[in-house]
Amino acid sequence: MADASRSTPKPLSQGQGMTRRQGVGLGLLVLAAIFVWMVFAQWPDWLNAILISKKAFLSAILNGLTLAGLYFLVASGFTLVFGLMRNVNLAHGSLYLLGAYIGYEFAEWTGYWLLGVAAGFLILAVVGLVMQVLVFRRLEGDDLRQTLVTIGISVVAADLMLAYWGGTTYQILTPEWLSGAVQLPIVTAVRSNGTEVLLVYPFYRIVVLVSAIVIGVGLWALVNRTRIGAMIRAGVDDRDMLAASGVNVHVVFAVVFALGAGLAGLAGVVGGSALSVAPGEDVRYLLASLVVVIVGGMGSIVGAAIGALIIGLAEQIGLVYFPTYGVVLTFVIMVVTLAIRPQGIMGGTR
Amino acid sequence: MSDLPLSPAQKPAGARSWIETLGLAHILLGLFLLIYPAMASDFFLTQIGGYSLVLGMISLSLMLLAGYGGMVSLAQITVAGAAGYVVAIFGVNNSGVHGFGWPWWVFVPLAIAIASLVSALIGWIAVRTEGIYTIMITLAVATACFYFTQQNYALFNGFPGYNGLRAPEVFGVYWRDPVPFYYLCLAMATLAYAAVLYGARSTFGLTLQAIRDNPRRMRAIGFNVTAHKVFAWWLAGLIAGAAGVLLVWFNGRISPGTIAVGPAINILVIAIIGGLRHPIGPFLGAVVVTLMQTFAIDIIGAERFNTLIGLVFLLIVFISPDGILGLWERFRPQAGREDWRTFRTATKQVGNKGRKT
Amino acid sequence: MTMKRRTLLALTLATGLTAPGIALAQADTIKIGLLATFEGAFTVLGEDSERGAMTAVDEFGGMVAGKKIEIVKGSSDASPDSAVRAARKLVEQDGVKILVGPLSGDEGIAVKDYAKTHPDVTFLNGSSAAQDTTLRDPADNFFRFSTDGAQWMAGLGTYAYNDRGYKKVATVAEDYSFPYTQVFGFMAEFCKAGGTVPSKSWVPIGNKDYSSVIAAIPDDVDAIYVALGGADAVNFLSQYNDAGGQAPLIGGSITVDQTVLTAKGRMRDVLIGTPAAGPTADTNDSQAWKDFTAAYKKQDGAFPSPSLFAHAYYINMKAALLALDKVGGDLSDDGAKLRQELSTISFETPTGKVSLDSNRNAIADMYLTEVSEAADGTLVNKLIKVTPQVNQTLGIPTDEFLALGAVSRENPSCP
Repeated sequence: MADASRSTPKPLSQGQGMTRRQGVGLGLLVLAAIFVWMVFAQWPDWLNAILISKKAFLSAILNGLTLAGLYFLVASGFTLVFGLMRNVNLAHGSLYLLGAYIGYEFAEWTGYWLLGVAAGFLILAVVGLVMQVLVFRRLEGDDLRQTLVTIGISVVAADLMLAYWGGTTYQILTPEWLSGAVQLPIVTAVRSNGTEVLLVYPFYRIVVLVSAIVIGVGLWALVNRTRIGAMIRAGVDDRDMLAASGVNVHVVFAVVFALGAGLAGLAGVVGGSALSVAPGEDVRYLLASLVVVIVGGMGSIVGAAIGALIIGLAEQIGLVYFPTYGVVLTFVIMVVTLAIRPQGIMGGTR
Repeated sequence: MSDLPLSPAQKPAGARSWIETLGLAHILLGLFLLIYPAMASDFFLTQIGGYSLVLGMISLSLMLLAGYGGMVSLAQITVAGAAGYVVAIFGVNNSGVHGFGWPWWVFVPLAIAIASLVSALIGWIAVRTEGIYTIMITLAVATACFYFTQQNYALFNGFPGYNGLRAPEVFGVYWRDPVPFYYLCLAMATLAYAAVLYGARSTFGLTLQAIRDNPRRMRAIGFNVTAHKVFAWWLAGLIAGAAGVLLVWFNGRISPGTIAVGPAINILVIAIIGGLRHPIGPFLGAVVVTLMQTFAIDIIGAERFNTLIGLVFLLIVFISPDGILGLWERFRPQAGREDWRTFRTATKQVGNKGRKT
Repeated sequence: MTMKRRTLLALTLATGLTAPGIALAQADTIKIGLLATFEGAFTVLGEDSERGAMTAVDEFGGMVAGKKIEIVKGSSDASPDSAVRAARKLVEQDGVKILVGPLSGDEGIAVKDYAKTHPDVTFLNGSSAAQDTTLRDPADNFFRFSTDGAQWMAGLGTYAYNDRGYKKVATVAEDYSFPYTQVFGFMAEFCKAGGTVPSKSWVPIGNKDYSSVIAAIPDDVDAIYVALGGADAVNFLSQYNDAGGQAPLIGGSITVDQTVLTAKGRMRDVLIGTPAAGPTADTNDSQAWKDFTAAYKKQDGAFPSPSLFAHAYYINMKAALLALDKVGGDLSDDGAKLRQELSTISFETPTGKVSLDSNRNAIADMYLTEVSEAADGTLVNKLIKVTPQVNQTLGIPTDEFLALGAVSRENPSCP
């Protein structure tokens, strides 16, 4: 895209902008207040009647958040790679699944779950590096062929993984200190004898959420506060210009691709521990990252975070409150986003 | 047909005999396809012949969009599926849901019309973005439709879909019998093929190709780029819709599995393996893929079929972006090179568009 | 001339299409098609069903009526379309006259429909257990010696209400016909006994995250009935465990199958003690079952105990071979004699006597089981009670049963 892409959003027109911004801010504040009340207050019956129960509602929200964390891990790599190389890596889901299998193998072999996570990240980073150097570099500039190649790779990879690991479902066992449920200081109901029922939530999922936030902040800092990050941002805006100013773009590309693939692998192990590892997960997470980056805006880390949040929450709330069409909800959100803002929420004007 | 890209003005067709106009190779191929039923067993006639023609038509609709319009769609099977569901709902099925039993001459045009509208709608969503985005968005749309049909029982009968869809009996012929079905597919495919060949040289076709090559310039000189693209989607929808009707008659059923992600990618694989440069490409690709699909289980076992087809696909993308057609170009004798210039690679155009404006 | 060459290429390629078609079967072999899920998410189940079928073939020493048995495999991915496509290849290309399969519910309905177009071919079910494969609009040449998902539940609802004392049960199941059938089978008895089912969660196919579903289950139910299979069951159970699940579980047939019990995961605690019902019980101590298990274990990669897929394929394959033996391997009349024999045959299986009803659906014994830990630490289904000779209408008169309507998300209902 030589037509000077800029990631800054359009400036709002002054006079009107302030009031509109204030209006939005006020609205958000009210929503936040309602939400805080819903979390901490004891629900009246009519609210329970609408939203099944406080427990169901809060669990859906929490699950939505953890799922968003997982989606963010997968999609951030996808969006980085696209932003820099214009490479729509449709094999990204395969990287997720491969990472999960490798994490499983390492965790089983060494007996340490954390080693499995590290292996998932490192080995997939190497795989990403190899893919970039051997495959995509050769097809540079030919976006369509690159994408087609990733489709081919995903088909072959899915089949070979099925051949090696079979169709069995694997569960990556988390260590003792991560498993089990914790009680959150949130009262979901009060029994007739006056005892308060606290919200119980799996500890591991809270860890997933926290690590996703930490990694997200780290990625943001990497992109916005470091030298390589500056190169990446420059590359996203204008690749040719970056190359012309003496930066070895191939090194930047390789680093980003390795990072993206590594994150997918990491997400694979983390997700495989929360849920499970089975054939078909590759397509699922590929589609999830597609929708997340389309909604959030291609090439933007913040966009991926926002997109993941929307999609994760929508999926879980849909699953609880209208299970029949919940699956479709995420796609509806995507189409609506496209209709209103084709470049995605945080996407720059193209 | 040796001069496809040349405009009639350069070589008036009237000055040539009909053999020249039609092209010797076309005549030979046509003859072969006409007498094919005499040579082939029923299985080969339907499962390979008919099925390849149907898949070829769906891929042809993709070729139309990708080759001439630069829009690579993964939602073509969804469009075909739309037609299939209309047949199931308005025709006769034995799933006990809907099946209004309307006559075929009502529901077949209706199916094709609805499919083309669905196609135009998907196109309208997709053309809001450009180039490589189209693949992602159509993939997402295709998946959304897949999930929706799987969950919706009121209209689509959910996961099991519709069973027992029979082709009509017209003129005392049951059109799903091997020979009639083959000729029906052949006729429809030929029609679609000829229409695309002709359409590519029409004003609309040339405009579409110009938009593919440089949308900005076309917009600047006053063409409604979006409308042209959406119209191309609508046309592709007609072809895919017709193929969709044949597909459900072929399978006798339709379910969400018919329009899942796997089949969607399969259509793209077919088009790429065959080649996007000429409408014959998708049919070539369909024959190759169908043969592989049917006989891979005997050669390498069913388990590893996808590896085989994936590797073939990768190989083609790597060594010959124009598919089998491109391979042919590469290894044929040197004569006739001048035709190269006039018919430029659609794939390259799409690929480079993002960089050079 | 570009075009001409290109089209010529097409021509060359097309000539390949006239390759000779069906290689005729030799007179001294009998070809049997075996259709199962050798690809996709159900691959493990498909592989085990092949072990079951091959156990039957090996039992006959690979020969029937002096002819060699040749097994031709067809593969589906559990979608009805792929099943029909595979069946079509087996019948029309490989020329099998007997076909055993498919594996899953909606595949069975689709193959039954396909069977109607080939009245000269004899179809025997694999392990598919949707009710309507044989109950409504059956095909004359489709036989099911394995039973359906509602039959499998025989005894469970009554046991849950009377013996376990569960009055209020929530259900969690996948959103397609086989789980509908299972829930139907369970509720038919449970509701009749007086129980209520206030909440039914139908989880979309492919969903892996059950934690929100678990949270939405009402707190005041006595137990949760779970009809999920394979990966979904493993996911549900370990997430239920992680969420600190308190309510006891009741299992659908494939929820506590060997394919799930042998999976790794933190789910032992929630699984042990779970009552379930199905066509097999791991700790069945009849000699026939022990012999069958021993024979099954000779197959490569066998589970500690045959899964119900292996069992169903075994029964159907065995029925085919027994009938073939009776007619002396004679299929010259397009299998009419064979089908006559099949519809009247009744034989002893590892799980008791099996015979067919007028719709060619099996009447067989059902096993009420409970998950427990075996001496060697593996999880097995301990036999609690046998419900003898359950028919497709669960003992209800056919008219009355049909009036209950086809199974669906809403049917049956007793909130």
